[in-house]
Formats: sequence, C-alpha cells, structure tokens
Amino acid sequence: MVRRTKFRLVLDNLSKYIFLLATLFGLLVLSVLIYRVVVDGIGWLNFDFLTGKLSTQPERAGIMGAILGTFWLMLVVTPVTMFLGVGTAIYLELYAKKGRVQSFIETNISNLAGVPSIVYGILGLTVFARAMNLGNIALAGGLTMSLLILPIVIVASQEALRAVPSPLSEASYGMGATKWQTIKSVILPVALPSILTGAILSLSRAIGETAPLVVIGIPALLIPFPGSIFDKFTVLPMQIYYWTLDSSLTAEYANLAAATIIVLLLCLLVLNSTAIIIRNKFQKQF
Amino acid sequence: MHINHDITENSEKSIRELIEQKRQQRNFKEMFEKSIPTFLFLIASISILTTIGIIYTLLSETIEFFKRVPMTDFFTGTVLKPLSQTPEFGVLPLIMGTLTSSVIAMLVAAPIGLMSAIYLSQYASDKVRKIFKPLLELLAGIPTIVYGFFAFTFVTPLLRQFIPGLEATNILSPGIVMGVMIIPMIASLSEDAMSSVHNAMREGALGLGATKLEVTRKVVIPAALSGIIASFVLGISRAIGETMIVTIASGSTKNFTFDITQSMQTMTAYIVEVTGGDAATGSTIYYSLYAVAMTLFVFTLLMNLLARRISRKFREEY
Repeated sequence: MVRRTKFRLVLDNLSKYIFLLATLFGLLVLSVLIYRVVVDGIGWLNFDFLTGKLSTQPERAGIMGAILGTFWLMLVVTPVTMFLGVGTAIYLELYAKKGRVQSFIETNISNLAGVPSIVYGILGLTVFARAMNLGNIALAGGLTMSLLILPIVIVASQEALRAVPSPLSEASYGMGATKWQTIKSVILPVALPSILTGAILSLSRAIGETAPLVVIGIPALLIPFPGSIFDKFTVLPMQIYYWTLDSSLTAEYANLAAATIIVLLLCLLVLNSTAIIIRNKFQKQF
Repeated sequence: MHINHDITENSEKSIRELIEQKRQQRNFKEMFEKSIPTFLFLIASISILTTIGIIYTLLSETIEFFKRVPMTDFFTGTVLKPLSQTPEFGVLPLIMGTLTSSVIAMLVAAPIGLMSAIYLSQYASDKVRKIFKPLLELLAGIPTIVYGFFAFTFVTPLLRQFIPGLEATNILSPGIVMGVMIIPMIASLSEDAMSSVHNAMREGALGLGATKLEVTRKVVIPAALSGIIASFVLGISRAIGETMIVTIASGSTKNFTFDITQSMQTMTAYIVEVTGGDAATGSTIYYSLYAVAMTLFVFTLLMNLLARRISRKFREEY
C-alpha cells in the first residue's frame, strides 16, 4: 500500500515536469524561429535595404516599395474596419432587440470569423478586383482585408461596449440626454481604449496576412513606389513570400526574406505593445 | 391694466413662435435619433452581405464548373491534371494533401496543446501563468508567411538529416510547423474549459487523497472534455484553411498518396497556384478554382459548426 502511494506521488511529480516540458516546447520553437531569422537577416538589414527599390540583384534589393504598400493598405483598412466594426457593435449591443435578428447577425459574424482567409481572397478577387474592376490596387486589397478582420473588430468592440458600467449611461439618460447623445458622449469615450486595443490587434493581423493578397494577384515584378491607394502595390508579407520561393534558386534571397521578416515582426511588436500600453493605462478606470 | 394686456399679447405671440421653433428643433432631433438605428442596421448588415457574397460567388461559379466536369468525376477522381491536353479534375489529391497535413498538425498540436493547458490550469502558479500565457500567445501572433519561411528554410533541411528520402518540398514539414502554430489556440481554449470546471469537484477529489495527476485525468479532463474536443475541432479547421505554410513548403505536386515524405498539394495551395497563374476567365481551370474553394469552405464551415455545437453542450452542463 505504501509503495503504491509512493509510486503515485512519483508519477504525479514526473507528469508535472512532462507538462512543463510540453509548455516549453512551443516557446523553444519560437526562440529557434526568431534566432534563425535574426541570424539570417540581421546582416542584410541596413539603411539602403530599408529605403531601396526592388531589384533582381539581391545585394541591391530594398523594401521601400513594400513598406509604402503596407502603409497605403492600412490607410484603407483602418477607417473602413473601424467604421463598420464599431458601427455594427453599437447596433448589436445598444440598439438591436434581443431576438432573432440580433442572434442571426451574431451567428453570422462568428461563422465569418472561421472562414479561411484565402476564401476572402476569392471574394475580393471576384467582387473588388473583377466585378468592380479595381484590379490589384491597394484599395481592392484593403477592402478585402477589411472584410477579413471585420469579425474580430466587431467582437472586440462589443465586449468593450458591454464593459461600460450601466450607471454611467443611466445618469446620462436621467439628465435628459437622448440615446444617441448618451452613446456619443458617454459610452463611446469610456469604451474607446478597449475598442482601440482590439482594433490595433486586428490591424496587426491584417499587416501579416498574405493569402488574400496572393489570390488578388499582387505583382511580383518591379513596380514603381505606390503613391496612393489607387496604385498597384506590394506589402511586406508578399515580399517575404516571393523571396522565400526564390531562395531555392539563389540562396541570398533567403537572407532578404529573413531581413524583411525582422522588419515585419518589429512592426507587429510596436503595434502590439501599443495595444498593451493602451490597455494597461486605461484599465479599471471606473 | 391696458398696458399689461398689451404686453401679454405681444409675448404670447413670441412664445408661440418659440414653441413652434422648439418643436421644429425637436422634430429634427427626433428624426435624427430615429434614423440612427436604421443607419447602424445598414452597417451591421454588411457582415451578412459578406456571407451572401462569399456563398453567391462560390456557388455560381461552382455550378458553372459542374456543367463542364461531372460532379462524380470531381469528387471521386484521383488524378488532377488541369493543364494537360486531356485535363482531369479529380479533387481527391487535394483533399488527401489537406487531410494529411492537418492530421500531422494535429498530432503535434493536440498532445502538446493539451499538456500545456493542463500545466497552465492545474500546476502553474498565478505568477508563472502570467508569464507563460502571453509568451505562448506570441506564437499565435506570428504571421503564417513567417512560419512558411521557417518550415521551408529550417525545418525541412533539419528533417532531411534524419529522413534521407525527404523531398525538398514535402507534406511532413509544413504539417509539423502548422501544428506549432495551432498549439496556442488549443492550449488557450482547453485551458478555459479546464479552468471553468468547478473547484468543488477538484477539491473533493483532492480531499479523498487523489494526486493532482489523478484529479486531472479522472475529474478535470472528463468534465472539460467537450471544451477540449471543441478546441481540437477548431484546430483542425484552422489547419484545413491554412494557406501560406503549405503553399511554400509542401510544393505543388498533385499526389494521391499516403507518403508524407513527398510533395503534396492542398486545396488552399491549389487556389494560390491557379490564381497566380492568371487562369483565363471562363476556362475550366478558372472555374475549378471556385469548385475547390467551395469544397474548402464547406469543410471548414462544417468543422466550425461542429465545434460550436460541442462546446455549447459543454456550457449547458456546467
């Protein structure tokens, strides 16, 4: 009996370390990945690379075009998703009657969140690029990307609105304010930090997403720097994609891809830390 | 008296005007207030339009495809040669590639994700959990294209040292990397399920003298089982829809095989290949794109609905 108990305790202790090791496995892969990328890419990361044009010669290639393209893409995605996402969330949380319509829209949104990103690419290709004849310009890519991250922004904004304490809005109604006045001047300002946190996190998803843009057909060849949302464009992940594919031809392309990955990951790091800072600064305001 | 009356009459007039003015203002305000729900409803219906748009585009072009290629050929054909002189459009090689890579991914992600969840919810102190959880979530935040690069330039060469016959593009390496990508998703969903198991159940078992491992195995996991299974199903759905890792690392050979050391193409990678190749609008290849996308969409939709149904059952019980 004693021996059996001892065995059980040993097994318990042992399993604890096995579970810990499993948890560490993910982090180990993460560190190997980052280590590899930095080793491969850091030597190629310099001012000329950041400001240079695309080139067929690896030594002279730069990613300014992709940086500008990412900028124009986000210039479309940010206002469109904020407007549609926050608007939908306000409707669902504050206006829609609890019932069929509301639950239908919410079910629909959670289904959309599970649709693979490449299917959004096909939607964008068919509707924006071909039917609306926009082609592969930043506007078409941005609209596609907006639809892709819309479900995330809606759900995050809904949670933010739900978290606003009801005494605040009740006080506003008590003073004779109308519903929209209350939303505009009381609820939205209070919910704004959480809405922004959610929005920044989903925008960072849009920056890293590649599949929909591949489907829309982003040119792999040299193009001039995009100057507006109506220009053909490329983005950082697309650049990584092409250079990774080319790395089997010329090994240096792998270095270029790695250097671009460093830039992309740094962008995401900045965005995500901004989100965390906003969250921490405004947490538990009331 | 007379003067007084005059004043009253005068001010009465202006008051009447004021009332009229006020009423107009209020009317405008009321109209504005009333129009807002309608306006917001229109915004909210964009998400429904998106769904309709997806289903309509996929369905209409898929129907066109099935006018040219019989449905039986598509769903039972083991040969996919869209560009050959006598093109064949069997989707089975793509389904094979998709399922194989997803199974490999789940073989990595399910045990490791579940064990991480057990560690975080049952063993780790609050302090440790607060460090580990966000670190694990970093894995989920890495763009899939970066995972693709990692699979192609690091994992495949590494595996080739152990598996001599491994092709430069193969289904094993992207499968493994996809598994790593899915770990945080399974870990966090399973952890939620296990954390929401009533503490009284846990403490009751511990009070009877069970070890933590026994409590986890015989109380917590059975109680959280539907949540855990739902997280697995969502993981599979994620793996089926993943594009960039497989496009880069698994190649474009349309193989109908179980050999994981070979190059295989998934449904998503086929879509990328066809759209990248500028298939002429109206050609059969062009329509096959939509038929494959429709198949992919239905697969993932079924998985997501299944996961929701399973996890709803779990919520009712506890």
